[in-house]
Amino acid sequence: MAFYLTTILFFPILGAVMLAGIPGRNRAAIRQATLAIAVIHFLIALPLWWLYAPGGADYQFVEHVPWIDSLGVEYHLGVDGVSVLLTLLTVLLTPLAVLGSWRYIDHHVKEFHILLLVLTTGMLGVFFALDLFVFYVFWELMLVPMYFLIGVWGGEQRVYAAVKFFLYTFLGGVLMLVGILALYFHHQGVTGVYTTSLADLMAIPVPGELQLALFLAFAIAFAIKVPMFPFHTWLPDAHVQAPAAGSVILAAVLLKMGTYGFYRFAMPLFPEAARQALPWIAGLAVVGVIYGAMVALVQPNVKKLVAYSSVSHLGFVMLGLFALNVTGVQGSVIQMINHGISTGALFFICGMLYERRHTYEIAQFGGLSTVMPVFAVLFMIVTLSSIGLPGLNGFVGEFLILVGMFQNHPWMTGIATAGVILAAYYMLRMFQSVMFGDVEIEANRKLPDLSGREVAVLLPLVALIVWIGVYPAPFLSRTEPSVDRFVERVTRTAGTQPAEVAELDADEAEPPEAVPAGLEGRP
Amino acid sequence: MAANWIWLVPALPLAGVLVNGLLGRRIGKGGVSVIGPGMVGAAFAVSLWLFLDLAARAPEARTLSQNVYTWISAGDFRASVAFLVDPLSATLMLVVTGVGFLIHVYSVGYMHDEDRRGFARYFTYLNLFTFAMLVLVMADNFLLLFVGWEGVGLCSYLLIGFWFKDRANATAGKKAFIVNRIGDFGFLLGIFLMFGAFGSVAFADVLPSAATVLDAGGPLAFWICLFLFVGAVGKSAQIPLYVWLPDAMAGPTPVSALIHAATMVTAGVYMVARSHALYDMAPAVLAIVAGIGAATALYAATIGLVQTDIKKVLAYSTISQLGYMFLGVGVAAYAAGIFHLVTHAFFKALLFLGAGSVIHALHGEQDMRRMGGLKRALPVTYWTMLAATLAIAGIPPLAGFFSKDEILWRTWDAGHPVLWAIGLATAGLTALYMFRLFFLTFHGSFRGTGEQRQHLHESPPSMTIPLTVLGALSVVGGWIGIPPAIGQTLGGVPNAIESWLAPVFADAHAEGAAHAAGEAHAIPPMEYALMAASIAVALLGILAARYLWLTRPELPVRIGLQFRVAATVLSNKYYVDELYDAIVVRPYNALSHFAWRVIDEGLIDGLVVGGTGAVVRWQSRVSSAWQSGAIPTYVTVFFGGVVAILVYYLFG
Repeated sequence: MAFYLTTILFFPILGAVMLAGIPGRNRAAIRQATLAIAVIHFLIALPLWWLYAPGGADYQFVEHVPWIDSLGVEYHLGVDGVSVLLTLLTVLLTPLAVLGSWRYIDHHVKEFHILLLVLTTGMLGVFFALDLFVFYVFWELMLVPMYFLIGVWGGEQRVYAAVKFFLYTFLGGVLMLVGILALYFHHQGVTGVYTTSLADLMAIPVPGELQLALFLAFAIAFAIKVPMFPFHTWLPDAHVQAPAAGSVILAAVLLKMGTYGFYRFAMPLFPEAARQALPWIAGLAVVGVIYGAMVALVQPNVKKLVAYSSVSHLGFVMLGLFALNVTGVQGSVIQMINHGISTGALFFICGMLYERRHTYEIAQFGGLSTVMPVFAVLFMIVTLSSIGLPGLNGFVGEFLILVGMFQNHPWMTGIATAGVILAAYYMLRMFQSVMFGDVEIEANRKLPDLSGREVAVLLPLVALIVWIGVYPAPFLSRTEPSVDRFVERVTRTAGTQPAEVAELDADEAEPPEAVPAGLEGRP
Repeated sequence: MAANWIWLVPALPLAGVLVNGLLGRRIGKGGVSVIGPGMVGAAFAVSLWLFLDLAARAPEARTLSQNVYTWISAGDFRASVAFLVDPLSATLMLVVTGVGFLIHVYSVGYMHDEDRRGFARYFTYLNLFTFAMLVLVMADNFLLLFVGWEGVGLCSYLLIGFWFKDRANATAGKKAFIVNRIGDFGFLLGIFLMFGAFGSVAFADVLPSAATVLDAGGPLAFWICLFLFVGAVGKSAQIPLYVWLPDAMAGPTPVSALIHAATMVTAGVYMVARSHALYDMAPAVLAIVAGIGAATALYAATIGLVQTDIKKVLAYSTISQLGYMFLGVGVAAYAAGIFHLVTHAFFKALLFLGAGSVIHALHGEQDMRRMGGLKRALPVTYWTMLAATLAIAGIPPLAGFFSKDEILWRTWDAGHPVLWAIGLATAGLTALYMFRLFFLTFHGSFRGTGEQRQHLHESPPSMTIPLTVLGALSVVGGWIGIPPAIGQTLGGVPNAIESWLAPVFADAHAEGAAHAAGEAHAIPPMEYALMAASIAVALLGILAARYLWLTRPELPVRIGLQFRVAATVLSNKYYVDELYDAIVVRPYNALSHFAWRVIDEGLIDGLVVGGTGAVVRWQSRVSSAWQSGAIPTYVTVFFGGVVAILVYYLFG
């Protein structure tokens, strides 16, 4: 299995090169070819589900090749359970995104699909990177195609949205770069070795104040991506303006870059600083949960509503990461996947509405259940998943996050739990406005129900919604050992072992020292 | 082994969901009419078998359980899909599948005007409800119970808004879901606290060790029980979260009978009774439960007195009767609370189905002011409704008398004379408003249109047979709980339900178990006195109703004019909906608008992003992003920065 990850990583680029050879006029051929490439890509990556051994090594399918010796940069890839799930999510959503844009994208079709494939490589690179330099290259690589997806194929205010996306991301990127460089030179200062290897950098403790500063540099970059309150205002604009496929990828995968960044880099690299910052970050996460839900409620635009709901949902994910126990972090990881599936599906649904009426205004709909019954059923299931109905996927994640976080921070969790009420309020209100009532607007009276293609886009996502809700064990068991290591790393105090492990050792150490029976009390 | 087949009980209605949901239009209304009720009937049969299997065992061995699979396991947390069949859940299973089956059959007649799609959708939802309700009562842990809990809430939402073309129906469904979510918020916090204290959410881990883990009367026990009770208050429509139930009458009438009277709304009572080991450690919360129950019972009865919509009267009556059940469990008379849950399921389901039969005959008319004199045209409905009305009024020997009186007596016996008095007054009011409904509907002269009069008809057998069965149960259903005070004089008839439930509630009241065994026991004379008082009050209520709405029908109008303020307040339901709207809904919406317009668009976009003006300037610079060479700009700026930093570190 040498270079398995490299194959997965660069296959889309190979596909993009092939696409470049197809004449731009032949749109059908481009769409079909991209779909074929994306499906093959999915099939190539799918065996990860079985081949990854949860109980095995920390990182698997590791590739380690010297790259820029003078700088200590290595081409170093590997996956743990969390990156495996995020990878599978990514390769599943790409073909669906192609299928979902079949009619939506009608100009520069070739460029669109090439960028989509390049974007896929960028995202996967972030999930695979075990070297900060490699990570940073892919991090920046993925932003460029996204910028153009919004700026070229977006709605009326696409340029404004793209620029806003750019500004925020630029700010975060620069901060993180400074952080990476500072860490790089700190490591060299202590050991005399230049390296960008994540494992090597983690091995050398960073002194308190520098650690806090570096953590903040990373954390702000990731918090923008998540996005956490108050760094979220690029998101609604980006979503509303982006084409359906862009929104789907943006919500489902790109936002996870932020939470994944916390999980893979910011928190394990700077554990003490992460614990110091915990009340602030968890506090902002709680604010995000409530604030996102409130602002979502008053949106007249369905896409913007879903965008703000993401702010609320990602608040839960951040809360789970900072629960710093396995239950909460497991919830957080599964919720990253859940959000990708459910919100991805919601943005597909927004696209389906838009293709029919060329508007996202909630007031322009109403009574669609009567004219589009199949759509109604699928939309309802996705809505229920989004509001965390037990038996569907969202509940598993939210519950684990809250029950885990509650054990350490009951008050914050209590406030965040109110989010389940607010979510029901804004989602059901939107659903009712769009789907229930009588058809009052003439243009809605003859809307076609979902086509076979559209059903094919939503059905895999709905199947996952039910699967994870009813039987999450295969997902949870794949990530648990990785999450264990994460929690152990982040809760460890410099120079000592984590509390639980120390206790365990003490227990194990006891039997040999036990005094033989009958000898107690003797001098 | 019966235990290996427990899973069948919820699986059968779930199979109905799949068949009706996926193939409903293909198999047609005929097929759906077989599958829908058939699956619930089959679940009843299996439940009965399990019940008999339990009954054949020694009392302390009456527990069956089945672990289907581990649902969630993450870190220390673990929850299984596992079922528990003990006397308490077996009782509820029989009610849910038994009464549920009758209502499914009734629905075949009631919903026959729906088109194929609607008909299939209706039975899909109704089967789904039955499945969720069975999960709720059969769960062996609090998390799975919560799954059923929210599942029935979902079905309630879907069925209240079944006729979604009318926006008001959809709104009522949404209100039900959201108000229930407020309760569920409490339930979740209760589970979080419980997991913190016990390290588990399984009944088998939590309940037996409640007495050792929790301090009696301590804060942990208090908060766990209080939070769980918040969930019960939402689901069982008690003060202050009852406001969704009257609106829920927007759903089809059989739905009101099944979900909003017989089963779902009693889930809160079941939950408190199930967790009684926790509540026994929190006497302060028990007092709150009893107080809220009594207050709700009286409060809802006063509103029921002036409603003119037949279903609204029954809705407030349900809220009131649920209050009785909470009064019962609140004074630690758990078996009495469950007993009333069972008899109430019989007579209240019947009252709703009877009302449905009336509405059916009048082509959708629900206003009692346009009814009257229906006795002759609807004989089966009339006689069965009479049985149910007498039962709820508390006339012996019908079902409601025994269960309600048991609660009242246990309240008095536990040393709560004030709560007892409230309960007694409510009993009188119940007889009054129920016979007002009965007389206005069936007696006097018909006040509807001539056309309605011409089309008056008794309902088809699919509807009248369930009415008859429930009518019989409303008469004899109470005989499973004859108190020793009467049982002894009848020659030692035991209190069957109390002794049946004794293994579940044993530690709660050993005295009850002794009662139940039918042992000769000195009956305090007070018990007979109180019994006489409740019968007298019920009779008084009926006579008053007869005088007011049959003999002197102009009198209620005059009373209304005399006490105009009181009448207005009552008919507007104490303006509680308006109050909530003013102090919760509007401020929340306004605050949300503020957050969006002022904080998001004003403050953050204005300040943090550095002014929208700057962005607009950018916008003109890169207005056609693809052609203008934005990539070079981007790359230059970015990697220029990288180089600058590198240079600073390497040579600075």
